[in-house]
Amino acid sequence: MSFPWAKQYQPTSAVGKWVDERLPLPRFIHGALGPGYPTPKNLNAFYNFGVLAGVALVIQIITGVVLAMHFAADTRVAFDSVEHIMRDVNGGWMIRYMHAVGASFFFGVVYIHIFRGLYYGSYKPPREVLWMLGLVIFLLMMATAFMGYVLVWGQMSFWGAQVITGLFSALPLVGTAIQTWLLGGFSPDNATLNRFFSLHYLLPFVIFGVIILHVWALHIPGSNNPTGVDVKSEADTVPFHPYYTAKDFVGLGVYLIVFSAFVFFMPNSLGEPDNYIPANPLSTPAHIVPEWYFWPFYAILRAFTADFLGVPAKLWGVLAMFASILLLFLLPWLDTSPVRSNNYRPLSRILFWVFVVVALLLGVCGGKPAEEPWVRLSQILTAYYFAHFLIILPIVSKLEKTKPLPGSISEAVLAKYGKGGGAPVAQPAE
Amino acid sequence: MIRLGALAVGLLFVVNVLWGAIAPREAVAPDMAKELHKHPKHMEWAHNGPGNLGVFGTFDRAQLQRGFQVYKEVCAACHSINRVAFRDLADLGYSEAQIKTIAGEYEVAAIDANGEPTTRKATGADKFPLVYANEAAARAAQNGANPPDLSLMTKARPDGTNYVYSLLTGYSDNVPKGWNKPDTLYYNPYFHSINIAMPPPLSADGQVSYSDGTPATVDQYAKDVSAFLTWTAEPKLENRKETGVAVILFLIIMTGLGYLSYRKVWADVKKA
Repeated sequence: MSFPWAKQYQPTSAVGKWVDERLPLPRFIHGALGPGYPTPKNLNAFYNFGVLAGVALVIQIITGVVLAMHFAADTRVAFDSVEHIMRDVNGGWMIRYMHAVGASFFFGVVYIHIFRGLYYGSYKPPREVLWMLGLVIFLLMMATAFMGYVLVWGQMSFWGAQVITGLFSALPLVGTAIQTWLLGGFSPDNATLNRFFSLHYLLPFVIFGVIILHVWALHIPGSNNPTGVDVKSEADTVPFHPYYTAKDFVGLGVYLIVFSAFVFFMPNSLGEPDNYIPANPLSTPAHIVPEWYFWPFYAILRAFTADFLGVPAKLWGVLAMFASILLLFLLPWLDTSPVRSNNYRPLSRILFWVFVVVALLLGVCGGKPAEEPWVRLSQILTAYYFAHFLIILPIVSKLEKTKPLPGSISEAVLAKYGKGGGAPVAQPAE
Repeated sequence: MIRLGALAVGLLFVVNVLWGAIAPREAVAPDMAKELHKHPKHMEWAHNGPGNLGVFGTFDRAQLQRGFQVYKEVCAACHSINRVAFRDLADLGYSEAQIKTIAGEYEVAAIDANGEPTTRKATGADKFPLVYANEAAARAAQNGANPPDLSLMTKARPDGTNYVYSLLTGYSDNVPKGWNKPDTLYYNPYFHSINIAMPPPLSADGQVSYSDGTPATVDQYAKDVSAFLTWTAEPKLENRKETGVAVILFLIIMTGLGYLSYRKVWADVKKA
């Protein structure tokens, strides 16, 4: 679907017409990312991160396919083959650093994308399915990144695989059997490495498929915008191409500059030095920590230190960690305020920023060893994390007095950029 | 209904985790190793470039050669650099003939004409051989310790280059009161567990004689071998930085042009 004023695709050449009548792929692109997609004209830089996430995935897939040409998924040589890529393969160091740094950047971009959605209420009707598909992508990304990290077969790879699959052993009765089934043995070994390689190669394409659904779901209602007000007329929108292709290109350039700064000048700054030590099942590292993008969830996992209601602390930690992500699926029904954007929700806006700080601090706690004051801090933060979504937000969204919304996107834009910053103009600008 | 359920689940998790926060827990004995442990000293390195920023900067070839000499005469007694091939030494400024000579000093495993295991002189294509055939052999020879391969050492420790330098110069005879140091180990606050099995490898000035007039001091040896091990861990460092400068210059120009076209495309909308 689209808005009635969306530009229709008109094949200009005989060949274009011939193709359009047989497989209207150009028509599809035209409507999805081209002039045929009317987009709110007030999108700010945070709306660039969806496109950036797509680019990040493409970078991961291209570099990953090349790495797989040189990598050997065998515990005896996996680590050596990575070093072979770094030392002997032409440009191999660049491909591998792009892939390793690229994983971090993919998560960084997706986190900003998610928080953008939280701030502007992009999960609210009619975009619930769009939001949930995004969460599915996030979960798939986590699985993919974890398994990719194991492939290096360094110390943190091995012990990370041990700890993460060990989470399932916390489940009563079937836990240990599930862990053995996941690993293909009693501890991470060749069977583990091979299945993780197979799945690490498969899942990015599954992600790609879900992204297509995500973009499809986006195009039903169209993009949300910083006012959260629905598009009302053609004056509220501009065609995606050339307006947002031009704008996103600038964002992409800035992104690639920052990305390159990491790849070329500090490629190992986001990783654990321990993973440059080959895996050794007989030597446990002093601090087993995942990569930074898992730290908040790792902090939640470790925050449960006391048995409660007869359930062991470890199982609570595992349940809480999964719950902390799964509860986001319910967000459209927990936050019932009809106003989307936090720009017009004074209380929710404060709560949003409190939540950002809590999430960042949880990240800090997750990267630290499990000792005081970090454990107690992560317990308080974890309590707030759950309270924020499950208790505070549902109540606030009922009680909050919201600010008056602008009549339309154009009105809001005029109020901001209009002559002398005067009062909003009542009718949409022509 | 969803919100009532959420409220219940939320309260369950909140009460649960806060209960854990206030529940009394066993006092943790203060870890003396943590108090004694020191972070690496901050040194200036040629490969970090101006301001030690890490953006520009190339290896100091003469320093790498001296570091290689220190490695060969001191470290190599126990530690291998098994990921480095002799041919890689060309990066340090050695000629093909010199590499051949260096490689010829090492023996590597081979199979003779009758199919029997034997050894032959290493060539440029070979990697530096292991010092010990396996871990058991290493531990048997080293009083139970296993000297790690040094190829990746500066990347396998936080702040690796500074760490290697600090460790080599960080030995001390002044063991603090109350710290338990077995006689077979040595006190070194830069080592993660403080007690290290490696005896001080660089013990006296003049231990290695330099031919280029550089002062033959323990401090200089430590600097040189740390620089050398930075190269063994990241041999493509110079190539990486050169490429990075070119890539970023290109991207800045590309983004600048992109910004100009963005301004042009949006000119009519902003005015509306």
